[in-house]
Amino acid sequence: MTTPIYEARGIVRSFGAVHALRGANFDVYPGEISALVGDNGAGKSTLVRILAGADQPNEGQILYNGEPIHLSTPTDARRRGIETVFQDLALANHLNPIQNMYLGREVMKPGLLGKLGFMERSLMREQGKAAFEDLGATVRNFTGPVTAMSGGQRQAIAVARAAAWASEVIFFDEPTAALGVVQTKGVMDLIRRIRDKGVAVVLISHSMPQVLDVADRVHVLRHGQRVAVMESSKTNVEELVGAMTGALDGKEAA
Amino acid sequence: MTLTTEDGITSRSAEDAVIRRPLGGRLSDTLKSQAMQIVLVWLGIVVVFSVLSPGAFLDIANFRNTAISMSILAILGVGTTFIIITGGIDLSMGSVLVFSGVMASLVVQGTGDGQGWGAAIAGILAALLSGLVWGLINGFLVAKAKVPPMIVTLGTFVAALGLAQVLTGGIDMRAAPDVLVDSVGFGSLFGVPSLVIIAGVVVIIGIVLLNYTRFGLRTSAVGSNAEACRRVGINVDRQLIKVYAFAGLLAGLAGVLNLSFFRSTTIAGHSLTNLDVIAGVVIGGTSLFGGIGTVFGTLVGLAIPATLRNGFVILGVEPYWQQVVVGAFLVAAVYVDQTRRAANAGGSSGQSLLARVFPRKRKSQEKESKK
Repeated sequence: MTTPIYEARGIVRSFGAVHALRGANFDVYPGEISALVGDNGAGKSTLVRILAGADQPNEGQILYNGEPIHLSTPTDARRRGIETVFQDLALANHLNPIQNMYLGREVMKPGLLGKLGFMERSLMREQGKAAFEDLGATVRNFTGPVTAMSGGQRQAIAVARAAAWASEVIFFDEPTAALGVVQTKGVMDLIRRIRDKGVAVVLISHSMPQVLDVADRVHVLRHGQRVAVMESSKTNVEELVGAMTGALDGKEAA
Repeated sequence: MTLTTEDGITSRSAEDAVIRRPLGGRLSDTLKSQAMQIVLVWLGIVVVFSVLSPGAFLDIANFRNTAISMSILAILGVGTTFIIITGGIDLSMGSVLVFSGVMASLVVQGTGDGQGWGAAIAGILAALLSGLVWGLINGFLVAKAKVPPMIVTLGTFVAALGLAQVLTGGIDMRAAPDVLVDSVGFGSLFGVPSLVIIAGVVVIIGIVLLNYTRFGLRTSAVGSNAEACRRVGINVDRQLIKVYAFAGLLAGLAGVLNLSFFRSTTIAGHSLTNLDVIAGVVIGGTSLFGGIGTVFGTLVGLAIPATLRNGFVILGVEPYWQQVVVGAFLVAAVYVDQTRRAANAGGSSGQSLLARVFPRKRKSQEKESKK
């Protein structure tokens, strides 16, 4: 394979006496879905927060397109086309889907009006709708506040918002934890479509069958380290659980 | 009830899809309709008084007086609407108004004979600057020091009034240039009082700012979910400081109008102004929990008490009854807001005010929309 679009090497992160990450490695390639699995406390969330720019490692390197980078804020990551969908979705509930999509990235009118703070509302509406449709995220109501929408639809809006801005890498932190069967399938379809556009997708999930179904590769974290990388077509739930719990010690990967 | 999987994510069930679509259009106008319902309430009050006392109430001079009495509150109401949309509160605006008036009067007194446009402009700038500074203090303490807005503005409410009394020795100042009193305080353009024109301009600026600019969008967003704003890189603290500074600036402007209308700094006259303004904002449909609100609603929310007071005076009812009625309105408005929030949290749609007050009617509406 070519260079990973995004790579973490030897990431160490401690909170006082708690060693959340002890030299964790991670890599993801364009057009690939990489799943990140591990038991509670294995360090998944900490690793994602670091790769999303929300937290800084004590030691270790982050490589973007093979170049070492330093992320001090989530904005640093977003500027490079790296987006994250957190579990709480982070939608402004009283705003509509379009306003949420452009929140913090409003398109301003040119010239004096823009300097006065006026936004290109019709342009954002058109492009926003197109972005939702592009992913097949059928949002029925673009003008109502998202608070009145179903959990599945809110998830779709959060996913589509991240996908619209993620040109390179997108992280999903347990995107289906709160969803029913039908909505889960919808989100998984969205994730596949994002991958098909050539974006590198990182999926954090507790559902092993789901991970094996959708991911191309599975990274297993245990005690703050990556203990295995498996191709999902060549592994099974038992093997993954074994790696997570330490029953298969000695299969340390890269 | 069949499960549809064509797009999976959007439709929980066929029933969902059927209900959501027709209600969606109505939902989109929740805010507007909320304001429109308040307008209907106000029109109802106007009709009742018009029928009871057609001669005196339906008089242009009477409407003009009501409008004048509202104009200063409306200017304060615009700033307070923005603050309450962020989930905050401002108790200080009455004192900031008084303080700004005192500063204007002091500056006017200090400029030679204290007359002419030079003195007037110096006074106006002094008042605006005073209001802006108080607003910045409020905003900084709320955003950076993380002191709850109610405590911060209660503190500045007391402190600004105290400072105004220190500066004047507690005795009202009367230095105001005649040009200012004649043009702003009692002037009019095409029969419309200057105070009403200025308040109208401020209200329109407020509406445009809230609905069409990034400042307005981010104000709603911060009140809706500050953490989400931080995640997308919005500087929440700076936005809050801007909003409180904007409200302070408007309180400074209100101080100028107050000085030119009363020809006095009215030190003792604004201890309850903050409650009048907050009541108007809340009656107008702005949620105390943040995220939702309209400037137009605030205008109507202020018009209801003003009209009631005016109508009661004309009818010879003791004006104290007005306070009782306004109090009831305030509680009812918050009740409606609570119900709306509960309905939204349950994934249901926003219903009209009438439908919430009369639940039986709501059911029939739901049936209608299912068809």
